[in-house]
Amino acid sequence: MTRTRSYIDRNLDPDEDYRAAASSKTTSSGGGGGSGGAAMRVIVPLQGIVQGRGGLVLGSVIPCALFYFLRLYLKRHRSGPSKTPPPSPSSSSDQLTDVSTGVLQRSLSRAYLSPRGSAAPAHVSSRAASVLKDGDSPYFVGLKRFQEDPYDELANPNGIIQLGYAENKLCLDLVREWALANGRHAILGDELSISWLTTYKPFDGLMKLKLVVAEFMSQITEGSASFDPSQLVLTAGSSTAIEMLTFCLSDPGNAFLVPTPYYPGFDGDVKWRSGVEIIPVPCRSADNFSLSVNALDRAFYQAKKRGVRVRGIILSNPSNPVGTLLKRETLYDLLDFVSEKNIHLVCNEIFAGSSHGDEEFVSVAEAVKSEDCDRSRVHMVYGLSDDMCLTGFNIGVIYSSNNNVLAASKKLSRFTSISTLTQQLLISMLSDASFVQNFIRVNQKRLQKMYGEFVAGLKKLGIKCTKSTGGFCCWADMSGLIRSYNEKGEMELWGKLLNIGKINVTPGSCCQCIEPGWFRFCFSTLSEDDVPVVMERIRKVSESCKSLG
Amino acid sequence: MAIGIDLVPSVQLSRVAESEKHGENSPYFAGWKAYDEDPYHEVENPSGVIQMGLAENQVSFDLLEDYLEKHPEASIWGKGALGFREKALFQDYHGLLSFRKAMASFMEQIRGGRAKFDSERIVLTAGATAANELLTFILANPGDALLVPTPYYPGFDRDLRWRTGVRIVPIICNSSNNFQITPQVLEAAYENAESLNLRVRGVLITNPSNPLGATIQRQVLEEILDFVARKNIHLVSDEIYSGSAFSSSEFVSVAEVLESRPDRHHRYRDRVHIVYSLSKDLGLPGFRVGTIYSYNDKVVTTARRMSSFTLISSQTQHLLACMLSDTEFTSRYIETNRARLKKRYGIIVEGLEKAGIECLGGNAGLFCWMNLSPLLEELDREGELELWKTLVYELKLNISPGSSCHCSEPGWFRVCFANMSEHTLEVALARIQKYVEQRMNAVII
Repeated sequence: MTRTRSYIDRNLDPDEDYRAAASSKTTSSGGGGGSGGAAMRVIVPLQGIVQGRGGLVLGSVIPCALFYFLRLYLKRHRSGPSKTPPPSPSSSSDQLTDVSTGVLQRSLSRAYLSPRGSAAPAHVSSRAASVLKDGDSPYFVGLKRFQEDPYDELANPNGIIQLGYAENKLCLDLVREWALANGRHAILGDELSISWLTTYKPFDGLMKLKLVVAEFMSQITEGSASFDPSQLVLTAGSSTAIEMLTFCLSDPGNAFLVPTPYYPGFDGDVKWRSGVEIIPVPCRSADNFSLSVNALDRAFYQAKKRGVRVRGIILSNPSNPVGTLLKRETLYDLLDFVSEKNIHLVCNEIFAGSSHGDEEFVSVAEAVKSEDCDRSRVHMVYGLSDDMCLTGFNIGVIYSSNNNVLAASKKLSRFTSISTLTQQLLISMLSDASFVQNFIRVNQKRLQKMYGEFVAGLKKLGIKCTKSTGGFCCWADMSGLIRSYNEKGEMELWGKLLNIGKINVTPGSCCQCIEPGWFRFCFSTLSEDDVPVVMERIRKVSESCKSLG
Repeated sequence: MAIGIDLVPSVQLSRVAESEKHGENSPYFAGWKAYDEDPYHEVENPSGVIQMGLAENQVSFDLLEDYLEKHPEASIWGKGALGFREKALFQDYHGLLSFRKAMASFMEQIRGGRAKFDSERIVLTAGATAANELLTFILANPGDALLVPTPYYPGFDRDLRWRTGVRIVPIICNSSNNFQITPQVLEAAYENAESLNLRVRGVLITNPSNPLGATIQRQVLEEILDFVARKNIHLVSDEIYSGSAFSSSEFVSVAEVLESRPDRHHRYRDRVHIVYSLSKDLGLPGFRVGTIYSYNDKVVTTARRMSSFTLISSQTQHLLACMLSDTEFTSRYIETNRARLKKRYGIIVEGLEKAGIECLGGNAGLFCWMNLSPLLEELDREGELELWKTLVYELKLNISPGSSCHCSEPGWFRVCFANMSEHTLEVALARIQKYVEQRMNAVII
């Protein structure tokens, strides 16, 4: 049955479509095990979940159980009937196919699908539908509200202050200065002509840029790790780098273990289009939200029991939202763990250059050096947007020693390349050693100062933060202010902060934190003058919460 | 000695990573490799491979150079105060408003003002490659199908199918009517998909067509719109060569057809999506600028969010916003560009005629579609590939064989003419003429 075969077998010859077209119209049930028709449609996709193995027996016994379990577990809505159904898949096998082909939330409401007058609405995919639904999450709602009513000291003093976006504006002035002084020459300099800038270049980035980025990454780790430029793939942003690795390392229905609380964007980056699941591995405030390999082990085992194949671990170091750094021993334990389970490790180090405390930052690239471990399973994601205040530039990096991952990523980078213009500007900027050194130093100082002020301000209001030494955020415990100790209470507080306090912060539930009441405050978008304004607004909200009892 | 056994299980990659669907093992790309290994250079390597497989527009560089010389501030940052609201917005996937507006106005200019574009419906992507993939993710589920008329751009096999898991079912066109799309071939493709138990989600056309180098006629566009409405599916119109039609009046955009039929507009609106890019018309492939323009609100919202995976740098947006808002520059550019492409087309067609080679009548694009079937030893795909090997490895011309474009008839080849100097083009034509002469003499002997 061509349909189901095409789902699990991605190595189709591009011309298979035409041979099928050219040959007889009657479809014969060739290949695959067992009976024809609907049975195959039910069984074969679900075999994909059961580790691609398991013969007909496993394939027929497990799917039914899995169907009910997954239905409950993932709380999926049924998709409504399509307007013009193709030849006879039964509605139950349709659901099963839906379940197995994508573990995304699906909510094509009946209202949307029902015809309006004579014009039946054109369908959008389940992936699209899931995106539309995600748009209601506080993360997006807050961003939208901010965009509609952004705070400005002079022009809009009652606007919403953005504390929900981990972006670094603290050193924009340095970058701007440099660009104005050097930008033109950087782009239209002596050797270059327009024809060079504008024509097709390797999609995974100019080698010259890779060289300077590798050098920069080494500087960030203070020389403790060195990076081979030929093992870099440059992408338009780090979100896409995470997504690309997901496509390279896993198949639809597989899963990644991700310690919580995690960056809300991971849900989109990892799950949206790839059909891959995230299994959250909770960390607790009692341990300062630090990662425990035991917890990973438990989660791995539970996934296995459910028949979900774990392909790897994804984590951020420095952590977003907590802002803590992974200890060296924990990294070594992690490497042992992934080796033992034969899975991948994806380490998102985009805030590596933004550690502002006394603790030492240990990159996974460094840990891999000294351990006798298989580097082919370790992949790093980096980006210049955050450490260099260059969010608008959208520069992401994949660093891997696995040649197959590199080869696949290079090919995938055609969907997400960086403009040559931008690359050229960056080459110039990153080659300016004194600028870079000064920048790193000043940036860390400013982050430290801002962090200190912000945490002190919150402390005065009786709000404690976890001790963090990296990144742009404070992770604050506001459980004392929520009325009911659950997600609902947390969301109520979030709403108050947004609507009354006019500050956009990220509630812990968006980060999958299992303890209610934690909030992420990004302080790097603020100027020093903004801090007292923010504190005052929080104070107001906090008082109104307390007075309600 | 025992054979070593790999004790450590090597960690596996995904099927996407290991699949061949990136398509880079096909002749289309093999020719490029040949070029990479031995590239032609007028002075340093006059016997190298001439790249005629890359649809890139280099004919109007001087105009761009001139612009940038005169407007240095455009290339760096935001000169002049960006309103604080714009600053707030411009770093995310909405894109710079001034750039979207400039893009909308540029697209209108190309269509001679015969269609209007709303900047709020423009979604930015890093190139049309990304735009096509993104739309496919949005409009279809894994295992669904898109109908695409043949011959088509070889990259579609990868862009539309690789990560999306979506299938392409060809709309088989043939030379008897100049490869035009008819209601019959549309219907046949749909039935074919049904017989394969594939759910069709849409039709994807390229207008002007790659590789045909010809625009789609208004009548045909109307028939296609009727077809997609009847089948309740989408229509994606990839119009990246719209500014490369040799004359503005010869190109009809699906946007124009929609606007000219307001009575039926509401039936069609939600299903029409246009892909555009600055890579071809403006000769800026290095900048990675693509757009999706959709009349469907949900598609716009979704595409915008998904575009977070394929962003254009704000600096590039700013430069282009400046450039494209300068309507005096853009109208001069468009006009000059069209004229130069037309001239090039004339040169190549004439040169090929001298060698007795016929081309499909073209009126757009950076390439022409030539018929080399008289030169095939065997009138089939193998014969075509044999001839292709000769062209690449002996004549040192990287020309794309029709089979990589899924052409139903063997012997057609796509040859690009805009990515080289006129002199290089003459050199290439001379090589072809010489080869044809040799073949004719061989026959006589």
